[in-house]
Amino acid sequence: MKKEIPLLITFLTGVIIVVTFFIPHQPFGGMQQRLLIWYSIVLGFTLLLGVDNLLRGNIRRMARRQAGWGYAAVLMAGFVICFVAGVVSLARHNSLIALNGPFMYVYTYMIVPLQATMFALLAFFIASAAYRAFRARTLEATLLLITAAIVMLGRVPVGAELWDKLPQIQDWIMEVPQMAAKRGIFIGIALGTIAMSLRVILGLERTYLS
Amino acid sequence: MKRLMASLLLIAWWQAAAAQEPAPVAPGTLEPPGMVTAVDAPNDEGQAVNVSWERSPQDAGDATAFKGYRIDRAPDRAGPWTEAGFVIGGKTQFQDTGVRAGQTYFYRVAAVAPDDRAAEAGPVGPAVPRAQWFNTSRVNVLVFTGLLSFLIIWYIERAKRGEPLYIRKIQGLDAIDDAVGRATEMGKPILYSFGLGEIRDIVTVASLAILRQVAVRCAEHGTELLVPNWDPIVMAAAQETVQQAYAEPGRPDLYKEGNISFLTTDQFGYAAGVDGMIVRQKPGAIFFLGYFYAEALIMSETGHSVGAIQIAGTTAITQLPFFIASCDYTLIGEEMLAASCYIKRDPQLLGSLKGEDLFKAALILGFAAMAVMGTASVILDNGGSPGLLRVFRAIGEWFATV
Repeated sequence: MKKEIPLLITFLTGVIIVVTFFIPHQPFGGMQQRLLIWYSIVLGFTLLLGVDNLLRGNIRRMARRQAGWGYAAVLMAGFVICFVAGVVSLARHNSLIALNGPFMYVYTYMIVPLQATMFALLAFFIASAAYRAFRARTLEATLLLITAAIVMLGRVPVGAELWDKLPQIQDWIMEVPQMAAKRGIFIGIALGTIAMSLRVILGLERTYLS
Repeated sequence: MKRLMASLLLIAWWQAAAAQEPAPVAPGTLEPPGMVTAVDAPNDEGQAVNVSWERSPQDAGDATAFKGYRIDRAPDRAGPWTEAGFVIGGKTQFQDTGVRAGQTYFYRVAAVAPDDRAAEAGPVGPAVPRAQWFNTSRVNVLVFTGLLSFLIIWYIERAKRGEPLYIRKIQGLDAIDDAVGRATEMGKPILYSFGLGEIRDIVTVASLAILRQVAVRCAEHGTELLVPNWDPIVMAAAQETVQQAYAEPGRPDLYKEGNISFLTTDQFGYAAGVDGMIVRQKPGAIFFLGYFYAEALIMSETGHSVGAIQIAGTTAITQLPFFIASCDYTLIGEEMLAASCYIKRDPQLLGSLKGEDLFKAALILGFAAMAVMGTASVILDNGGSPGLLRVFRAIGEWFATV
């Protein structure tokens, strides 16, 4: 019964979702939205589970002075600062996102710059990955290098200055071979998703049950 | 003769131009829109009415000369009228979603000038929004899903009878054992990331199957497995999966719940956390299998910098080139979704893959046939036979309707 009941729930939920896609009439219409609301409620509770896991793991690391416990201390300090700032914002301004509240101060002057810093790293990583991918060691890599050079030059004004046909060639590359490959992958993913969903609904795929 | 011809052409051109021009309207005149209709919106829960009209003669694309159309709604032809919506000039349709199923509504549409003068047309009706029992615009989806399901179930039945089924090699999945073995030899841990996928994403469910395989190998070799998570539900599912997998080869003692941890629900916070783990613990093998956004390259390039063997897989098309550039093996789209069948080698699961492949082959043939048909229909249309082009367009429209 430990597996049969979850399998039955999965089967019924899967069938209901499929049916609601084709039948807009009540009680099926809007069922998908209702299930999404249930999912959000469950997610809210599991977030507590995640926070519990995060705090327990880091407190244990600090208490046992495990390698890298200093990072755990920074994480704990960040958690406490954000939590206190949130509580104070709610108490003083009745809102977590009050512009003059301490939580928004932390968000604007700490979290957003940190996020932007991580995102900005992408520029350097793109350069290093492109360097490796474009090294003309094989025929495929050489073709990739030529195509990438045409696309990059064709998308900036200097490309048109160098040769007025470059933007048109770039457009053709993006709209014909690139789009064809992309759509091929899309179709494969769509069919794979349907097949995988069918396996889950029919109970053939049970990995998610452990 | 030439002069006569030129005069005739000039007269014909002038008459044609005059016929296309709207009748002269006195300055400041505002005429109402024509042909107002209000009908129940099809294929819905009975929550909308479609109102359409013909443009007012003053609606000529100049926003300074014409403001737009106000759509009024009333429960009775005599009123009381309330404004259901407003659309800018140039529009000829409005969907009123502020209605209730089974109730009667009347509509009027007013052309509105920039100085808020209005010229009303209508009322029209009654329009009664009703819920439909079948969404006819999704017949194509039903037909194709039914066909695909039939093929999959048919092949599953064939597989059950013991028919041998050939599945091509997927290098990324074959490399799992090598990656775990390499990390074990180096005495380093293994890192596994689902990216920013939620448990309702089918790719995350597929990734759980691969995690199980990786965890079984880790338990057999006694290698440490780290699974940092972005979604707490995925974390709970991953903990269950790894715990069960460690029990399979009889090593439940090696399972550490703390290694399958929650980091944060912030995208770049998660990337920073995973990067930190990679840099500090220097895993020997890294698996990026799930749904990824911009953090994909940040994490995989960091993994490359520590010399880890990396296996990636995602259905996020925009991130695939980054993974291909920075990882040793990449599972592209559907390969990721086929992973559980490929790993388990269960005949029924392999049967479902064969059904999918057959449907894909049929689709490729269909696309090729449509390309030939489209080309031939345009050539024939230019030669004065529009029949084939009509058929081609009808097929295209049937596919495009959802």
